[in-house]
Amino acid sequence: MSAHPSASAAPERRVPPTSVRGAAQRGVVARPGREAVEAKGWLRAHKWLLLRRASQLGILALFLVGPWLGWWIVKGNLSSSLTLGVLPLTDPFLVAQQIVAGHWPYREALLGAGIVLAFYLLFGGRLFCAWVCPVNLVTDAATWLRRRLGLKGGKAPAGATRYWLLGFVLVSAAATGALAWEWVNPVSMFHRGLIFGFGLAWGIVGGIFFYDLLIAPRGWCGHLCPQGAFYALLGRAAVVKVSADKRSACNDCMDCFAVCPEPQVIRPALKGVGQDHPLILDADCTTCGRCVDVCGKDVFRITTRFNRSES
Amino acid sequence: MTMNDKVQPTGRAASAPSPRRRFLKDAAGVAGGAGLLALGAGMYAKQASALPAAAIRPPGALPEDDFLAACVRCGLCVRDCPYKTLKLAELGDSVATGTPYFAARAIPCEMCEDIPCVVACPTGALDRSLTDIGQAKMGLAVLIDQENCLNFLGLRCDVCYRVCPVIDKAITLERIHNPRSDRHAMLLPTVHSEYCTGCGKCEKACVLPGESAIKVLPIKLAQGSKAEHYLRGWEEKEAAGRSLIGDQVELPVRGLEDKAYGDTRVKPGEGPQAPEYKPAQLGSGGLDSGWKP
Repeated sequence: MSAHPSASAAPERRVPPTSVRGAAQRGVVARPGREAVEAKGWLRAHKWLLLRRASQLGILALFLVGPWLGWWIVKGNLSSSLTLGVLPLTDPFLVAQQIVAGHWPYREALLGAGIVLAFYLLFGGRLFCAWVCPVNLVTDAATWLRRRLGLKGGKAPAGATRYWLLGFVLVSAAATGALAWEWVNPVSMFHRGLIFGFGLAWGIVGGIFFYDLLIAPRGWCGHLCPQGAFYALLGRAAVVKVSADKRSACNDCMDCFAVCPEPQVIRPALKGVGQDHPLILDADCTTCGRCVDVCGKDVFRITTRFNRSES
Repeated sequence: MTMNDKVQPTGRAASAPSPRRRFLKDAAGVAGGAGLLALGAGMYAKQASALPAAAIRPPGALPEDDFLAACVRCGLCVRDCPYKTLKLAELGDSVATGTPYFAARAIPCEMCEDIPCVVACPTGALDRSLTDIGQAKMGLAVLIDQENCLNFLGLRCDVCYRVCPVIDKAITLERIHNPRSDRHAMLLPTVHSEYCTGCGKCEKACVLPGESAIKVLPIKLAQGSKAEHYLRGWEEKEAAGRSLIGDQVELPVRGLEDKAYGDTRVKPGEGPQAPEYKPAQLGSGGLDSGWKP
C-alpha cells in the first residue's frame, strides 16, 4: 500500500495530491466519477448516491403522506415522532439540551431518544447526516453547483468550529433555560418547514445554500453544524465503516477527495498515514458512500469496523 | 501575545510558533466565532420569547419559561388536535418558532374531554397532570371593549355567554340598571377567573364583524396581582364566623332611631328634612335622569 505511484502525479500540481487542498483544487476542475462511470456503468457508479437519496426522500415521504394524503404512518418531525402509534423516536441532541436547560422529559421522549441514540451509537453517528438529514440535499446541491460553476476558493471556518458550537449550544441552553438553538437551528427548521409550513424559514435554508455555494465549500455540514458534531461524537465506536481495502489499486485520480464531504478522513486510510489498516475510523466520516461510487478502481467499500483485511 | 514572544523559553526559531501556541490561537479564534454565534442565537431567543397576546398555548402548557425548555417543536399535539385548532409557529410569526399555539378568533379550543393534545406530548411541555379539561388555564377571557359590546349598549346579544362551555360559572350575566334609558336593565357578560379555561369560544363567537369585544389573553396580561396585604373584611368575617374587629359602637342617627343600624333609606317626608327641600317636579318628557355616559 505504501506504493505511491509518483508517475501518475501530474507535473503541474504544486500541492501534494493527497492533501485536502490539492483535492479541493482538483475538485473544481475535474468532473469526479467520470472514470468510474466508464469502468462500472452509470448505475453502479451512483449506487450509494441513489440509495442515499432514496433514504432521505423516503423518510421525508413517510412524514409527508400523513398531512398530504391522510396516511398517518409517522406523525411529528425529526425532533420527535410517533410511528404507527407505537414507536416513539426523539432527537437525543434535543433531549440533551432539554436536560441541560433544566427540564426532565417524559418517558416517551427518553425512550425515543434512547432508541435513536442506540441506533447511531451502533451503526454510525453521522449516518444521520448522510442518510436522513434533509439539509444534506441542500448542501449537496450547493456543492454540486459550486463544482459545476467552477467556483474556486472561499473561506470555510476551521472544522473544529462545530464542536465548539455544540458546546456553546449546550451552554446557551443552560444559561437561558430554554432550547435556544431551536430558534435558529436550520436542520429542524427545514424539516419542520417541509411538513408544517415554512414562514420565513426559507431564508435560513437559502442562507445555508448560498453560504455553501459562495462563501465556504461544505461550510455548513462540514464545519459549523453542531447537530452533525453531536452525531459524530455518537459514532466514535460505531460499526459501519468505509474501508479502502483495495488501496493498492489506487491510481491517485483524486475523485474520492473531490466528492468527499469530509475529505480529511480519507488520507489516513487510503495512504496509510498514521494507521496500518484501511478503515476510515474518523468520526467525521458520514458513511455516504460517494467515494465507493466515484472510484473507478473499486478501492472503497462499506464494511464493518472489525474488517481490517486488505485485498 | 507580544509579551509572550519575548519570553520564548525554548531554542525554537522565533518565526515558527510552537504547535501548542498555534493550537491555542486557532482554538481561541474558533471558540470566539462559535461563541459569538451561539450568543447571538441565545440573545435572539431571549428577545423572541415574549409571547404575543393573541397567541394562546394548548391546555396544560407549562408556564412560558418552562415551556420553552420542554417543547421540542415536534407538532404531535398539532396532529392529534381533532379540530385543527393548534398550529406550529413559523419563522416570522412572533411566537417562538415551531412551538404550538392557537388564535382563538380563528379556531378556539373545543375542550375535548380526553385532551388528546396533552396525551400526545412526549416531553411534558403539556403537563399530563391536567386530566380534567375544566381545570385548564390556557388564558383568561376579558371583555375588553365595553364601547362596542352589544350587551354594554343595552342589547341582549349574550352570545359569548351562551357559547361558554362553563356557562353561568365562567361567564355570568350581571344585571345592572341602564342609566341611559333609565328604565331598562343591562346584562353585562362578566368573566370569572376561577372557572374560565381560556378556550376562546366566546372570542370566536362574538358577533362583532372584525375584532371580538371579548378576548382571551394570557393570564399574566389579563389579571392583576392580588393585593395580599388587603384583607377583605367580608371574606374574613365569613371565614371566622364573626367580625375580626369585634362589635362596633352603634351611635343613633337623629330621625332614624327606629330603623336597623346602618339602614339610611328613607321615604319622602321621612327622616330629617331640609327646610327648603322640594322634590323635583316631573315634566311632560317622562323620566330623565340627565345622566349621560
